[in-house]
Amino acid sequence: MTTRRPLATVLLAGVLLSAAACGSGSSATKSGGDTEKVAGSITVFAAASLTGTFTALGTAFEKAHPGTEVGFNFGASSTLARQLTEGAPGDVFAAASGTTMATVTKAGAAAGTPAVFARNRLEIAVPAANPGHVRGPADFARPALRIAMCAPQVPCGAAATKAFAAAGITPRPDTLEQDVKATLAKVVSGEADAALVYRTDVRAAGTAVRGLDFPEAAKAVNDYPIVALRSSGNAATAAAFRDFVLSPAGRSALVAAGFDAP
Amino acid sequence: MRPLLRARPTGGGPGRAPAFLAVPAVLALAFLVLPLAGLVLRAPWREAPELLAGAGVGQALRLSLLTASAATVVCLLLGIPLAWLLARPDLPGRSALRALVTVPLVLPPVVGGVALFTVLGRTGLIGRPLYELTGFAFPFTTAGVVLAEAFVALPFLVLAVEGALRAADRRYEEAAATLGASQWTVFRRVTLPLVAPGVAAGAVLCWARALGEFGATITFAGNFPGSTQTMPLAVYQALEGADPRAAVLLSVLLLGVSVAVLGLLRDQWVNRL
Repeated sequence: MTTRRPLATVLLAGVLLSAAACGSGSSATKSGGDTEKVAGSITVFAAASLTGTFTALGTAFEKAHPGTEVGFNFGASSTLARQLTEGAPGDVFAAASGTTMATVTKAGAAAGTPAVFARNRLEIAVPAANPGHVRGPADFARPALRIAMCAPQVPCGAAATKAFAAAGITPRPDTLEQDVKATLAKVVSGEADAALVYRTDVRAAGTAVRGLDFPEAAKAVNDYPIVALRSSGNAATAAAFRDFVLSPAGRSALVAAGFDAP
Repeated sequence: MRPLLRARPTGGGPGRAPAFLAVPAVLALAFLVLPLAGLVLRAPWREAPELLAGAGVGQALRLSLLTASAATVVCLLLGIPLAWLLARPDLPGRSALRALVTVPLVLPPVVGGVALFTVLGRTGLIGRPLYELTGFAFPFTTAGVVLAEAFVALPFLVLAVEGALRAADRRYEEAAATLGASQWTVFRRVTLPLVAPGVAAGAVLCWARALGEFGATITFAGNFPGSTQTMPLAVYQALEGADPRAAVLLSVLLLGVSVAVLGLLRDQWVNRL
């Protein structure tokens, strides 16, 4: 899968680094007030739609807290939630929906209450040349078009179901993909004429893909909650990373990637 | 198995297997069987009827059996001639060709799916002209599933048949040709019957591999109930769903059906041969 990293993300990483360097002292001491040191490695389980932003945030965090190392496990939030409830070793969980987060909190795997750090809305993605002449959500009902959507079990699929219900449209997808990046990939490769993905994914895909906003997307906005995990062997660093994502620096990175502030 | 048993009286009596073989053998057996037993034990048998009714299981199972069988037919039609070619001792570049044939075995199936895109996808080398001429493209169709499964399963058939062909006695073919049989008659009446057990074994391997295919299918053909969602894809999707136990149940079902089919086929052949 080749997604070009847009210039904005690169610039943003630079902004973040400087912002993080200034704010590092406060975010480290805020993390729970314990005397444990913010150091060592943590693994963050994060929704596929966070891939670009969180990778940049991770690098900024490592710079702000020398001696730390942030690893990521990106995937469908539902997959990550299942992995965590089955005992996968993670330190932080950032989900693309409240439902998938609830799976983890209900299983007693969360340390503390999840905090919403961003919101995301859906957008129609079409190949740059728009071969299917897609103009809005109504085109998703045209049987001649090849349509990719997320499976209803995944947060982006659940949001799509909500948005189409609001628009009064019965979509006719040709494939139900297991996470939002796989759905987008079908448009990037030109196999699908249209897909319903997050606005942030359209932006991250660069020029290969064009995004079409539609009013009903406002009816299906996803909350992104984050929480430190109880099984974490490095609670201080996990809490510091969570705080870093919730900090103004983290928020501006997310907004620059196309997320809405909570 | 049988020749070994027959050899026993002359081979030192019915002694116990030596420990250096028996211990790893038992370990290997446990390693293979215990996870399956775990599936069976963990399956929510009591809620089975509701769970299976909700998941469109019949549809996925039917599609799986249909596509795996179609893929096996494709592999037989294309694979036997390829195996025949590879078995010719005078074929130039034979070892390089054989290495190429085994590539799908070592390729991660997901990569296989991506590779199929580049050739047979809507924007692929062959796929684009095909789409422009006919409006048909393989991705997101049942034909695409068959293609993905055949791509992954073909080497199993080719290698099995090639091995049988090389072990077969060529003199029967030569004799038939000398007696005036045409090449087609020799192939159909002499060569094929000679290697029938090899073809059967290859077809079974091929079918089993196609039935379990996941990565190439979900990448190349997508995932939609009724047209491209085979059982392995349904299992994966059930894992994401509200009740992951349904996935365990589906797995046991697929396991049961495949073992039953293979068992039936085996009985057929054992009786016939």
